[in-house]
Amino acid sequence: MDPVLLLLLALLGFMLAGSLIAVETRDLLSSVICVGAVGFGTSLVFLLLGAPDLALTQVVVEILILVVLVRVIITRRDKTYTASRATLPVGLVLLALGVMAAIVFGTLVTAEEGGLQMRRFGDPLLNEQAEASIMAPVGEPEVALTKTEPRSIGGAYLKHGVKSAEEAEAQVAKHLPKPPNASNYVMAILLDFRAYDTLGEATVIFVAIIGVYAILRKVGRIRHAGNVADR
Amino acid sequence: MQGMSPIVKNITRLVAGFIALYGAYTVLYGHVTPGGGFSGGVVLASGLVLVVLAFGVGLEQSVLSDAAAKLGDSLGALLFLAVAFLGYGAGMFFVNLLPSGETGRLASAGTIPISNIAIGIKVGAGLLSLFVALAVFRRYRAEQRSDTGMEA
Repeated sequence: MDPVLLLLLALLGFMLAGSLIAVETRDLLSSVICVGAVGFGTSLVFLLLGAPDLALTQVVVEILILVVLVRVIITRRDKTYTASRATLPVGLVLLALGVMAAIVFGTLVTAEEGGLQMRRFGDPLLNEQAEASIMAPVGEPEVALTKTEPRSIGGAYLKHGVKSAEEAEAQVAKHLPKPPNASNYVMAILLDFRAYDTLGEATVIFVAIIGVYAILRKVGRIRHAGNVADR
Repeated sequence: MQGMSPIVKNITRLVAGFIALYGAYTVLYGHVTPGGGFSGGVVLASGLVLVVLAFGVGLEQSVLSDAAAKLGDSLGALLFLAVAFLGYGAGMFFVNLLPSGETGRLASAGTIPISNIAIGIKVGAGLLSLFVALAVFRRYRAEQRSDTGMEA
């Protein structure tokens, strides 16, 4: 088997074990640390699957969130979660585990024979051919890619997104959109083709921080200092 | 929240500059290498959080104040919106109308680097203000009711 695939399976097992411990342990601090371990596993998976942007973001966000959560946990007085264990959540967790194992087995092991009618691992739905027809500027003749094994959508970007100065000028003279010419494909998508999405995401973060301030601000605490039950 | 031990403080003095440098690199070169405004901003915020954790909130109140973080958050958002409205210069929202330049150079890709810087400032300042809000307001609460045994 592919060594990358083996590594991915090992990481998947590690992450499953970590999330199970995080759910089941009584100690809040160990639970938070297990969540952090799952996050780092996710980051490694992103890196192995060829998404360094996502891996970087995941790792730094995970570090920051872990620091904040550990601070919150160690400043609380009660360190353990003492509610009685319910049978239903455990059963649901086991059921979800079984479904996940079945899907992983169906995808990875029987994929060569087309088992479970799933696409082969590493063969994205939005392949080069589909992407090239979407990204081709209006007016440019229909692209006919060679019928090779579709591997990534990066080829389509190389064809339409990166052009030399003369080609770009010719495109602008024909009133076509200019190629972004960024060597990082992800940023070209996030901040040029789909910049609206990124504006919405930035708005979400802004509103979330305003919400945190509204909850934690001093004025509200002073006004309700007498009767607020904040825990 | 007092600062930590002298060992932590000295190591923070050594490391914080490099963390900030890496964050700035990730933001500025987002359109050339993996990275970008969001991850670079989080790296910057983590460096500042390290400084706040090591030296205590006293430093935070003099240098990295709450108001400055709020200001950075709002300015980053406004700068990104300004980039979006700049597109009206070419007729539409979010049109990349600056020259594209040569692929792989720092000065390329039109408005993408400017958007990256805006998002970097916004995310860095926003996450820092979040942490400072948790730290400072917790301390305030602990002062209010010091009999509950909570430390700041």
